[in-house]
Amino acid sequence: MRRAWARLSRNRVAMVALLFLGAITLACLFGPFLTGHAPGRIYPDLVQAPPGLGTHPRPEAVAPALEGLAFRMRATAQDIAVHDGRVRLTLVASAPIDPRALGYLPRSDLFGAPRILERGEDGRRLVVEAPVRRLHFLLGTDVLGRDLLTRCLVAGRIALLIGLVATLVALVIGIVYGAVAGYLGGRVDAVMMRGVDILYALPFVFFVIMLLVFFRAGLGLILVAIGAVEWLDMARLVRAQTLALRRRDFVRAAEALGLSTTAILRRHVIPNTLGPVTVAATLLVPRVILLESFLSFLGLGVQEPQTSWGALIAEGARAIESAPWLLAGPASFLVATLVALNLLGDGLSDALDPRLAERR
Amino acid sequence: MIGFVLRRLLQAIPTLFLVITGSFFLIRLAPGGPFDLERPLPPAAMANLARVYGLDQPLRQQYCRYLGSLLRGDLGPSFSFRDLTVAELFARGLPVSASLGALALVLALILGIGLGTFAAYRRGSVADRLVGLLAGASLALPTFVVAPLLQIVFGLTLRWLPVGSWEGGAPSHLVLPVITLALPQVGTLARLTRASLGEVLTAPHIRTQRAMGLGPARIARHALRGAMLPILAILGPLGAALLTGSVVVETIFGLPGIGRAFVDGAVNRDYTLVMGTVLLVAVAVILFNLLADLLSGLIDPRLRLGR
Repeated sequence: MRRAWARLSRNRVAMVALLFLGAITLACLFGPFLTGHAPGRIYPDLVQAPPGLGTHPRPEAVAPALEGLAFRMRATAQDIAVHDGRVRLTLVASAPIDPRALGYLPRSDLFGAPRILERGEDGRRLVVEAPVRRLHFLLGTDVLGRDLLTRCLVAGRIALLIGLVATLVALVIGIVYGAVAGYLGGRVDAVMMRGVDILYALPFVFFVIMLLVFFRAGLGLILVAIGAVEWLDMARLVRAQTLALRRRDFVRAAEALGLSTTAILRRHVIPNTLGPVTVAATLLVPRVILLESFLSFLGLGVQEPQTSWGALIAEGARAIESAPWLLAGPASFLVATLVALNLLGDGLSDALDPRLAERR
Repeated sequence: MIGFVLRRLLQAIPTLFLVITGSFFLIRLAPGGPFDLERPLPPAAMANLARVYGLDQPLRQQYCRYLGSLLRGDLGPSFSFRDLTVAELFARGLPVSASLGALALVLALILGIGLGTFAAYRRGSVADRLVGLLAGASLALPTFVVAPLLQIVFGLTLRWLPVGSWEGGAPSHLVLPVITLALPQVGTLARLTRASLGEVLTAPHIRTQRAMGLGPARIARHALRGAMLPILAILGPLGAALLTGSVVVETIFGLPGIGRAFVDGAVNRDYTLVMGTVLLVAVAVILFNLLADLLSGLIDPRLRLGR
């Protein structure tokens, strides 16, 4: 195991992939707290803001926004001036302005709490000062005005969770099934593997779609459905390994000592299959993530207010003409993660089976 | 040979039975029914509809009746398209999905095997690396990302090709969906061909042919034949992947195929349509696997008498 790790750490591509995956995991876990936006927070005045490093609201957007707000207060805005991150304006109306109407300013997300500097003409003329907020949307905002970066990171949590848990489900079912079939052998093995053959011929994606459409789609159901679909390869792999292990001396020694079948499987057989299983599992994670985003893309996966990369990509694909970054953001997250996982899997299989690496 | 085919078809019967039974009870266990509208129908109308479609009978009886009609080759009436039977819906949708899938399969085979062969002959070269990179990228790029990208580049920016719709299968409407569908399979096939051909090219019989002075083209013919086996082995799953992949492609490009009919049918609780689609796909997968095994037998006589 240590030698495998040494070989892996010499593989620069795999190490970069591993570092990248670590970074993305950290970003998804802690990033949403650092972006300054709650994932569900809607900025109605900043819908489909393009990505960039600049602050929002844009200087040129301040005056039109204020004019719109003043209209709602039944007043007109004059002498708008921005200075040091604060905006000063004069509100003029035909009737006295209710100071409570100034609440429109902070409610618009663009400005902070206003302060009245001057009252004139019996309250029909107010000089108001309010701080201009400085909002950052690195990846822009979506069709409702939510920060895309935050949403991508929150969606990443779902992807990683599903990648890990669904793979684990597939792993557990596959290992137990494969080890039992391979170890018991004979007729039991034949029947169990025939069952796997039959399941292989089933259009499983269709079954998953059916499950998710008919029963309310939720995270738990997706995990179970994907895990239940993907265990077949694992079962075949573990069975083949077990068949070879069964003839080995240490297993026969354990049998001669009178260990129970369960104990032999747990202590001697399964631990020795873990090498190839690890490789298969790392390559299974991207497949699982892809399957989940495929389902979410069709609207069958994770439901609002939760979101996943697939769901975000679907949103982006619908708005592709007006706001192409809505597709680009989540798609880059998904594709980069998948590439990194695949590269890591390739590196792992090289590290655990050096003979294969030489032939490559 | 004929006995082999017959035996395999017989083995398919339990599989199909499992598919039918599983999906039948799964659908019926699910809450909701095909006639649930936002404004509920009056109870009398509901009862009438249920009687016409036989939904008022006990589930076991419905199941037996469905099996019986399947044996007669009748897939039943569609629940959501009131005047059409499922068979009629398939007669419309199947040509779309089948031509899409067949073209994508041909494209994937040509490109994938071609690129893989090229890479295997120039192992370690820049071109080999490039093919490897391309294959990796095509595997990691999901269909539902590629499709909108193609739409934006070729449909909206360059305006070379239409963004979607079927239009009776006009060639220009087929290009983007077929490319989208074929792309991930090109990657799979290129990798597989490169690996298996690379192995065959170092085998003794190829070395002998080289020693005998055969040209590269002749050698390639012999080597590819041996390298075909792993490719044929994934032909079954590949065909299935093209069928299921078409769910996304048909949705994005707005094509009236089987995949979309399935998703719509599931959402509308169109029992017979969903059952029919699942059955159709299962049959297709089984036939693909059988075809792959037959072709493997043609290439490698040792596999001919196998199960």
